[in-house]
Amino acid sequence: MSTVRLFARFITGSLRLVLRGNASYWTWIVALVVLIVSGALAYARQVGSGLVITAMRDQVSWGFYIGNFTFLVGVAAAAVVLVVPAYVYDWKPIRQIVVYGELLAVSAIVMCLLFVLVDIGRPDRFWHLLPVVGRMNFPTSLLAWDVLVLNLYFVVNFAVVTHILYRAFSGRPYAKGFVVPLVLLSIPMAVGIHTVTAFLYNGLAARPYWNSSILAPQFLASAFCSGPAILLFVLQLLRRFTRFEIQDAAIHKIAELMAYAMFLNLFLHGAEAFKEFYSDTEHLLFTRYWYSGLGTHRTLVPYAWSAVALNVIAFALFIVPAARRNWVTLNIGCLATYAGVYIEKGMGLIIPGLTPDALGEIYEYYPSLTELRVAAGIFATGFLVFTLMLKVAVPIALGEFREDRDTSTGVLESLPLESARAPGASWRS
Amino acid sequence: MKPEDERARELSRRRFVSCAAGAAAAWVLTACGPRRLVEMPKEKLRGSLRELERRYAATYGTAVTVADTPPIPGVLFAYALDLSRCIGCRRCVYACVDENNQSRDPQIHWIRVLSMEKGKGIDFSDADPYYDPKEVPEEGRFYVPVACQQCKNPPCTKVCPTGATWTEPDGIVVIDYDWCIGCRYCMAACPYGARHFNWKEPSIPKGALNPGTHVLGNRPRTVGVVEKCTFCIQRTRVGRYPACVEVCPVGARKFGNLLDPASEIRYIIEQKRVLVLKEELNTVPKFFYFYAT
Repeated sequence: MSTVRLFARFITGSLRLVLRGNASYWTWIVALVVLIVSGALAYARQVGSGLVITAMRDQVSWGFYIGNFTFLVGVAAAAVVLVVPAYVYDWKPIRQIVVYGELLAVSAIVMCLLFVLVDIGRPDRFWHLLPVVGRMNFPTSLLAWDVLVLNLYFVVNFAVVTHILYRAFSGRPYAKGFVVPLVLLSIPMAVGIHTVTAFLYNGLAARPYWNSSILAPQFLASAFCSGPAILLFVLQLLRRFTRFEIQDAAIHKIAELMAYAMFLNLFLHGAEAFKEFYSDTEHLLFTRYWYSGLGTHRTLVPYAWSAVALNVIAFALFIVPAARRNWVTLNIGCLATYAGVYIEKGMGLIIPGLTPDALGEIYEYYPSLTELRVAAGIFATGFLVFTLMLKVAVPIALGEFREDRDTSTGVLESLPLESARAPGASWRS
Repeated sequence: MKPEDERARELSRRRFVSCAAGAAAAWVLTACGPRRLVEMPKEKLRGSLRELERRYAATYGTAVTVADTPPIPGVLFAYALDLSRCIGCRRCVYACVDENNQSRDPQIHWIRVLSMEKGKGIDFSDADPYYDPKEVPEEGRFYVPVACQQCKNPPCTKVCPTGATWTEPDGIVVIDYDWCIGCRYCMAACPYGARHFNWKEPSIPKGALNPGTHVLGNRPRTVGVVEKCTFCIQRTRVGRYPACVEVCPVGARKFGNLLDPASEIRYIIEQKRVLVLKEELNTVPKFFYFYAT
C-alpha cells in the first residue's frame, strides 16, 4: 500500500474512532465542549474590553492565567518520570504506558501556550516574539527562552508518540535511530522547560519571594508529584473502561516515586520557610502574606494551609507501602497531591510574589469570573486533546487499530472504548 | 478526457497555485512589514509618523504632531528630587497626566507619591499612596514621589521578550507601543512600580489631548500595552524641562545633563548627599533623592 493511502487510512480510521463512543464518552465530550464554548465567549469579551475584566491590576500584574501556566509546565515536564525508567532502564511495566505520559505532556503544553496567549494584552501581536518574522529578545529574556523550549518540547514529544503509534498502526516496529535520540533529548528538555520557567521568576531581583535559588529545584520536585498524580487517574480509568492491561507494579512504582518527590518538595519548602522566618528580614512580608496574611489582608491564608495539609497527607499515604497499594488511599493521595501542588504553584507562587507590590501596596487579588471561565475553557481544551489522542492511541496499542485489519467493520465494533452492546439495545438499559 | 479539458484543468491548477503563492507571499510581507521603530528606515518611519498624525487628528479632532527628535549627542539625562522640600501636593502627578496624555478613565499616573512616617525613614512596607488629608504637608509625614528611575542597568528591558523597550543614548528608557505585546514581564521585573498597563482602552476627553507628541513618549497609546515616564522626551530633547519640574511649587525637582560639569544636577550630586531607591538591587538609577536642608 502506498504511503499516501496508508496515511489516509490512518486519518479516516482515527476520525472514525473518535466519532464512535458510548453515552459516557459523549457526555464527557459534550461537557468539555460546553466549557470550551463558555471559555471562548469569556475570552471574546476580554479581547473586546481589555484585561480590565480580569482582577489583575498594575499592583498584581500576573494572576490566575500565569499560575495555571506554571503548574502545567510542571505537568508536562513530569512525563520524564515515566520516560527515564521506561527507556533508560528498560523497565517493562512502565514501558508499555510511557506513550500516555508523552500524550499527557503534549496536552499540557497545548494548555501552557494557550494560557500565555490569553494573558497577553495584544494577542494580535504574538508573532512579534517569533524568531525571523518578529524579533525574539534571545538570549536575554527568559520568556523568549521559555517560548522556545516549550515549543521544542512539544515538537519532540509529538514526533515521538505519533511515530510510535503510526508505526504500530502500519504493523512495523518503530525506527530506533529516530526514537531513541529524541527520547534521550526529551529527558534533559523536560528538566529544562521547568528550570527555564522557574528562572523566569527566579531572575527578578525586584520580587524577593521569587528571587531564591531554591525555586528551580522546588519546581521540579513539585512537578514530579503532580504530573504522575494525573497519570495515575488516567491509567486506572483506562484499565476500567478498556481491555488495556496495566500491571499493578507499574502504578505502585509511580506512587513510590511520587512519595520521594513529595518529600523533596516539602523539604525544600521547609528550607525556604526556615530561612525566611529565622532571618526575619523585610523580605519575610511576602511569605507572611501567604501563610498568615498581612493585617486584614488574609484572602490567601486558607489556601496556603490547605496546600500544606494536602501535601503532607499525600506524602504520608504514598510513603507507606500498604497505603499506596490500597486503591482508596492511593486515589486520595493522588487527589491530595494534585490539589496541593495546584494551589501552591498557581496562586501560591504568583500572588504572594507580587503582594505587596514593588512600592509596598497591598492589593488583594482574587480571580474574576472571566478568568475562571477562560481557564476552565483551556483546561477543557487540554482534556479534549488528551481524550481524542487516547481514543486513537489505545486501540493502536491494543493492536486493534491496524492497517492490515479491516477498520471499516469488525474492529471498530469491538473498540475498547465502547461498551459491548447487543443489537437494538438501548443505552438506558 | 479531451486534450482541451486537460489544458484548461492544467491552467486553472497553475492559476490556483500562483494565486496561493502570491497570497502567501503577501501575507509574509505584511507580517514582516511593521518592524520595530528603531529598525525602520528613516523615510518609512517619517511616513508612518504622518499616518499616526492623521489617525490621532481624526480621533481627537485637533492637529497632532508626532516627532521623532533624536537624542542630543553628549547628553545623559538625570533627575534629582529634594525630599526635604516635597510637600506631597501631587501637582506633578496631574501635570504629568496632562503633558503625557495618560488615560483619564481609568486613571493612569506615571508618578506615584508615597506618604511616609518621618520616624521610619524610607520604608515601602509602611508607605501610603492614597493619603488624602485636608492639607499637606501633614505633621510627622514626608513624601517620596516615585516614577521611572531610568536605570542604567534596567531589569525591565532585559526581560522584554520582543525587545519592545530599550535605553536610548541619552539614558531614557523608552517603549515602542506598536511592538509591545502586553505580556507585562517588565512590570514584574521593575522594582519601582514605574510601569503601567492599559487594562482598558485609554480615554482622553476631546480638547484635553496634548498635541505636541514624541513617537517614543506621549503619543496616545492603545489598550493592552505598557507605558511609563520618559523624562518628558518630547520636551527634554528640545531643551525644555520635564512638566513635573516646571509645575513643582517648591522647586523640589531638578533636572539636567549628567555629562555637563556645570549643570545643576552635577552640583547636587557633588555637593549634597544623594541616595537612590533600592540601591542593593544594582539597577543604578539616574533618579537621585537628596535632602537639601
